[in-house]
Amino acid sequence: MSNYLKLVGLGLVTLFMMIAANYGRDLSYQVHAVILMLVAGGLFLWTLRNTDEPNLSPAAPETGYMDGVVRYAAVATAFWGVVGFLAGTFIAFQLAFPALNFEWAQPYMNFGRLRPLHTSAVIFAFGGNALICTSFYVVQRTSAARLWGGNLAWFVFWGYQLFIVLAATGYLLGGTQSKEYAEPEWYVDLWLTIVWVAYLAVFLGTIVKRKEPHIYVANWFYLSFIVTVAMLHVVNNLAIPVSIFGSDSVQAFAGVQDAMTQWWYGHNAVGFFLTAGFLGMMYYFVPKQAERPVYSYKLSIIHFWALIFLYIWAGPHHLHYTALPDWASTLGMVFSVILWMPSWGGMINGLMTLSGAWDKIRTDPIIRMMVVSIGFYGMSTFEGPMMSIKAVNSLSHYTDWTIGHVHSGALGWNGMITFGALYFLFPKLWNKERLYSLSLVNWHFWLATIGIVLYAASMWVTGIMEGLMWREVDANGFLVNSFADTVAAKFPMYVVRALGGVLYLVGGLIMAYNLWMTVRKGEPKAAAVAAAPAE
Amino acid sequence: MDTYSITRQFADSWMLLAMFVFFLGIVVWVMRPGSSKEYKDVANIPFRHENKPAEDIAADAQRKEARP
Repeated sequence: MSNYLKLVGLGLVTLFMMIAANYGRDLSYQVHAVILMLVAGGLFLWTLRNTDEPNLSPAAPETGYMDGVVRYAAVATAFWGVVGFLAGTFIAFQLAFPALNFEWAQPYMNFGRLRPLHTSAVIFAFGGNALICTSFYVVQRTSAARLWGGNLAWFVFWGYQLFIVLAATGYLLGGTQSKEYAEPEWYVDLWLTIVWVAYLAVFLGTIVKRKEPHIYVANWFYLSFIVTVAMLHVVNNLAIPVSIFGSDSVQAFAGVQDAMTQWWYGHNAVGFFLTAGFLGMMYYFVPKQAERPVYSYKLSIIHFWALIFLYIWAGPHHLHYTALPDWASTLGMVFSVILWMPSWGGMINGLMTLSGAWDKIRTDPIIRMMVVSIGFYGMSTFEGPMMSIKAVNSLSHYTDWTIGHVHSGALGWNGMITFGALYFLFPKLWNKERLYSLSLVNWHFWLATIGIVLYAASMWVTGIMEGLMWREVDANGFLVNSFADTVAAKFPMYVVRALGGVLYLVGGLIMAYNLWMTVRKGEPKAAAVAAAPAE
Repeated sequence: MDTYSITRQFADSWMLLAMFVFFLGIVVWVMRPGSSKEYKDVANIPFRHENKPAEDIAADAQRKEARP
């Protein structure tokens, strides 16, 4: 019966998308209508083939952990990671060598369209899949319960991939609402909202049916990430579509209110997507890899509450010296500086988990990756509050220093902890004794670390240099440098930055190869000796 | 007063106080006597159910007991 309803629904969606592809007012909308038509039509045929067929294979018993979806998300994480790093490296070269904005590929492959492709690919595709993958893995293990909702978890995974494809193709074809990190148009936003509510339901449902009385701290972080991102996404994307057959929409907020909403969203995307969610990963995978419980569980609870209470206020530091009222930007600055404390509390908690096992840093490259990741978390959460101070911000704002800061957090903290988690997960998920090659992990570690150092260092130099050049005045009070002077001066640093990106990308490729070989060639895990008493 | 001023005044007085007191309450709660023992136990949650949910483990144990 439910199949008939599904068929009606999918048929209607397919029909609507056919009409929309014809009536669409812009290219990106029309292409999206065709994509959605193919997806809905394909699902229609697939459902049709399986309707009223004798059920030959009775449903597999719902026992054990639901790891199929975790495996898919782990593969998607590695795949989108490489795609995102590749896009980032390419646009880094575009900045150094503008000729790479090929004339034949205009306007689809110019910097302006590839840049959101890169940011969304690494944050939402790589980071998002890492969060879906690890949250589904961790919530099952720490709740001692199978994922709630059956196939709903699959809907979350595939629905999220569809969102990524729609977002990415939209950027290339010019469909964007021009809000940083929230570029997708209204119908893509609506789709993500549906997927996200399903994600929340699966996660919360699993916590509700948990067999451990206590909710482990990693799940608190994951839950706050899911709930807050839902709220941020909905509020920041409030818009009225101009037409149901076009991607244009009008924002609900205007002027400085819109800017404030955007950066309330933008900074909390950093705070909850890239920090709270990844701290959930830290609180599970670092203890697991170090084989010892977290250093201080008390500190982890205080870390959680302090972080979520403070982060939400930090957004206005993106709008210093703008139309934003002074009190609001001071508020953002003060909360950003206070935020330093819980961030370092969390860093200390993560690092000290290794106390008594420091030798593992020498022998275990995965632990080394995690430690470096926590180190970068500490560094960028010191740098961030410092840059939010108005006096510092007047120098750093609009310069490459900001880009360097973001990347030391994203490449160092988010990237490295995700790599560590993937190296931990792949042998576990595919039931292998160990990774294919630890020395390749070592190669990955050093390539990525050196890549980040090149990236961050060159961006500090070019950022501070251009900040100083912009404000340099001669004895008569005239500006000394034109904007093009600063662009010319930045060239060598841009090349160094792009080379850092190449190293990081090569590291990512090595990881993908290593994980692939672990699945294909890894030694299967010996069956655990049953502890049954002798009879 | 208009809605903005009322909500703004509420936000930077009572609401701020409520949230701050809530946070201090959490810190006090975390430090309560006897918490160390409990947290020592829950910090080991990641090491308990690595391969199977609790229900399956219980079911396995039951099967074993039922064996003659």
